[in-house]
Amino acid sequence: MELIYEKSVDGRAGVRLPAGDVPAASPLPAGFLRGEPAGLPELSELDVVRHFTQLSRRNIGVDTTFYPLGSCTMKYNAKALEEGARLFTPFHPMVPLLPGGEKFSQGALAILHRMGKLLEEITGMDAVTCQPLAGAHGEVTGIMLIAAYHKAKGNRKRYVIVPDSSHGTNPSSAAMVGYEIVTVPTDACGDMDREKYKAALSGEVAAVMMTCPNTLGLFNPHIKEICALAHAVDALVYYDGANLNAILGKLRPGDVGFDVVHVNLHKTFGTPHGSGGPGSGPVGVKQALVPYLPVPRVVEGGDGRFSLDSDRPLSIGRTANFFGNFGVIARAYGYTLMLGKEGLIDAGELAVLNANYVLARLKDLYDLPYDQTCMHECVFSASRQLRHDIRAIDIAKFLIDKGFHPPTVYFPLIVKEAIMIEPTETESKATLDAFIEAMREAAVLAEKDPAALKRAPVTTPISRPDETKAAREQKVCHFGC
Amino acid sequence: MTMTFYTKEHEWVKIDGNIATVGITDYAAHQLGDITFVELPAAGKTVKQFDVLCAIESVKAASDIYAPVSGKVISVNEALNASPEIVNSSPEEEAWMARLQMADPAETSKLMRRERYDEYCKGL
Amino acid sequence: MGFTPHTREEIREMLAAIGVGSVGDLFHSIPQALRARSFDLPPGMSEFEMMTRLQELAGRNADVVPFVGGGFYDHIIPAAVDHLAGRSEFYTAYTPYQPECSQGTLQALFEYQTAICRLTGLASSNASLYDGGTALAEAALMALRITGRSRILLDGAVNPFSRSIVRTYLANLPVEVVELPPVCGESDRSRFSREIDDRTAAVLVQNPTFFGCVADYGDLAGQAHRCGALLVSSVYAVSLGLLKTPGEMGADIAVGDGQSLGNPLSFGGPSFGFLAAGKQYIRNVPGRIVGETVDREGRRGFVLTLQAREQHIKRQKATSNICSNQSLCALRGLIFLSCLGRRGLTDLAMRNRDKAEYAKGVLTAIRGVTALSGAPTFNEFTLCLPRPAGEVVSSLLKRGIAAGVPLGPYYPGAEHGLLVTVTEKRSRDQIDLLARELETALWN
Repeated sequence: MELIYEKSVDGRAGVRLPAGDVPAASPLPAGFLRGEPAGLPELSELDVVRHFTQLSRRNIGVDTTFYPLGSCTMKYNAKALEEGARLFTPFHPMVPLLPGGEKFSQGALAILHRMGKLLEEITGMDAVTCQPLAGAHGEVTGIMLIAAYHKAKGNRKRYVIVPDSSHGTNPSSAAMVGYEIVTVPTDACGDMDREKYKAALSGEVAAVMMTCPNTLGLFNPHIKEICALAHAVDALVYYDGANLNAILGKLRPGDVGFDVVHVNLHKTFGTPHGSGGPGSGPVGVKQALVPYLPVPRVVEGGDGRFSLDSDRPLSIGRTANFFGNFGVIARAYGYTLMLGKEGLIDAGELAVLNANYVLARLKDLYDLPYDQTCMHECVFSASRQLRHDIRAIDIAKFLIDKGFHPPTVYFPLIVKEAIMIEPTETESKATLDAFIEAMREAAVLAEKDPAALKRAPVTTPISRPDETKAAREQKVCHFGC
Repeated sequence: MTMTFYTKEHEWVKIDGNIATVGITDYAAHQLGDITFVELPAAGKTVKQFDVLCAIESVKAASDIYAPVSGKVISVNEALNASPEIVNSSPEEEAWMARLQMADPAETSKLMRRERYDEYCKGL
Repeated sequence: MGFTPHTREEIREMLAAIGVGSVGDLFHSIPQALRARSFDLPPGMSEFEMMTRLQELAGRNADVVPFVGGGFYDHIIPAAVDHLAGRSEFYTAYTPYQPECSQGTLQALFEYQTAICRLTGLASSNASLYDGGTALAEAALMALRITGRSRILLDGAVNPFSRSIVRTYLANLPVEVVELPPVCGESDRSRFSREIDDRTAAVLVQNPTFFGCVADYGDLAGQAHRCGALLVSSVYAVSLGLLKTPGEMGADIAVGDGQSLGNPLSFGGPSFGFLAAGKQYIRNVPGRIVGETVDREGRRGFVLTLQAREQHIKRQKATSNICSNQSLCALRGLIFLSCLGRRGLTDLAMRNRDKAEYAKGVLTAIRGVTALSGAPTFNEFTLCLPRPAGEVVSSLLKRGIAAGVPLGPYYPGAEHGLLVTVTEKRSRDQIDLLARELETALWN
């Protein structure tokens, strides 16, 4: 398909601007002006509409296709949430920061405050900031809070411990805050090896970052002990909330000893992923870390009115321009209101049911490196298929032809040829059965006709692209620039 | 005379007098897949045996290359900047990455000869 | 209300297939002692009731006529932007990890990167970051990596929120951040000349400055480069319809907030951050990058490329921890720029400046009100009022006008400074009303 730049016709125009009801300003001195106008495409509005409509048809999303992308919680995104967020689009974020401006923003501040309160109860933490703009942004914010805590106590800390099954964001977030990473391997049960963990703990450990359930979809029953061991050396424990969906209402990180959590609103709380963002990554903390939370804080007065508190001398400062991805937070608030207590518990339970159903119906044909009840996702290995030179990627591409978005493949890194399936709770048994059938067909083809899998996908706008060429040539701008 | 040794991390090192030429083995190149970038070390850099010397990338992986011996980098293979694919086509000949002035010839005792390295790979 | 489709019968069948008696059995790995101590949440509600609740809350926000900017700007958004970005093939998809079924997102992001390169005059762009402030922090980290140095010179005329983010990001690293106070809303050139040295990794500036002053940082680029340092320029996207580009000034990295490109104010987000850099720095760029390639039949296609920079592969050695970015907002930015086109963006920028110059004229005609400096401005300018600006803003808010951002909270000593923003959406009548109300507030 042509690029929009290739459809451009000199002199064609799209949008008409508001009236010029004031005199033209005298021009800026030439030294401040760009040499020539930016080379943007010139199209009519219909040209633009056709172009992006056609592009959208070269995509698939949750609304078109089952999307069991492990670790990403691709659940249904309720349409009312889009309408709800739209109610707040006209409001300027500087207004509540003006003297006397808070009263013009009470509704929006209420949403930030109430969503924070709901997340406190859901995670068992003492205070929440909605400022972080995505999960990884929550992680780096959380580690900065931990660093501020240690600095205030005069602790000398150098290391952050992560299990080798962790998301890559964990070690990279900790490294961005200046910590060195200690990676602890996974034991035969799929949990962080406790003996090696104990050996890695020392007075120089600042934090331990855990995903719970972990990226293998397994719950670590020793989590409380892991937290207690960390606390014994004044290390804090970080909860990566990517997999919170599995344990809604069953376990609260705050109850078992976690000190900091982040929540992915775009995963657990049903807001759309937008082709890769925007997300939202609120961070919850225990009391000891409250003084360090980013400014401004939304606070509720005795009169029920909300205000912004920027005068917090121990705060780490700002981690984002304003109060977070407000539009995403408003959607998540609407989602939480609609589901309520029972709905959230149901969501967790049925997500786990769906994952275990897929696991039960595929474990005869695919290797299961950790054969036990899973939580919200199950991780298979294509190692059996590898004997026929069929890799996880070949199965993934075949699934596209069968009308499914593939599961996550090659993650977690500790599973060879990993296939990580997270169905989510909003998918029906019929959809799962169809997916299971396609996975079973792939396993049969791997033995009988591997070439058919190697050819896939054949139904998509392009076949498998040459990623090596892309990486070597690095053409990232149409004009070569 | 030239002697070639191998590491558990799949580097090879050819030793000629006190000059050590370093690259990665055919096995490693195959495991990594199509190489897209070799981050060469800076000339003049001093490394200790088994420290990170440089790095290499394929489409979906990034790996460190470790120094098989201690020494000072005296030259690097600039051809890999423009043509990283040489690492796939000729890993153990053309795609040498760096030449080091060796600090301690005795360090080769911690390395493998070809036969043992081949045995080692079979066990992986 | 939930969105789960399961019937009782289906749950029974699924449990039988799994071989357990109840859904509760699936949670046996969570010991009772660890179970939630509380889960005290309200009962669920219908869509109608939820919407009523949100409408009630939206009603507790009040519309004001915004003459405020400070990083977020009230610009037109063609209806096509909402409509097209609202196609669920875009908004319900995830990161395009599987290129064959994500060509829509990937091609759009490639077109977005191209637009950012053309706007900024630099040769490479990523596929978006979180916002303008975090993009500036990422640019500082990038400069530290590229130069291997540990000193950042941060112009005090950069947006104070962005400066706070930079300081927050660098606070725990062995990095010295030197903030240079502005002089009359502009960078203190003589101070920069003294401070740029061979330990400096980067000089961070903003155009126009937070005070609205338009600058050409070509001289700073030259000085930085002579010392082996980089120039990082934070820019206001819409102003690039008119103003000299970071590339033309010799900047090495350009960043900014993309909100002004087709993203609503939305109480501060979501918007997106953009980051463009010279091609030689592409391996140090944070975040996702889309690259062009061909498929097996030789057809053009697009993929996420140079992924070995990123956290999911390189973990603690990655160029950044960013995973989710602001893809849909970047798409909105691209659709916005496509709707306006080459001439439209220039016209939009000129319209902004026309309105702002008119406003500057009528406001500085008020007795006791002067412009902070004679430097040229784009669509924001700083006034010096005869009274503390906070009081004046507070009293005009009661009249439904957000007259500007008082500078006192951000620049101690500048309590009489007021930053006024005038976009193309403000009519002459609104500007005249602002002038009347300001005069009344000052002198009656």
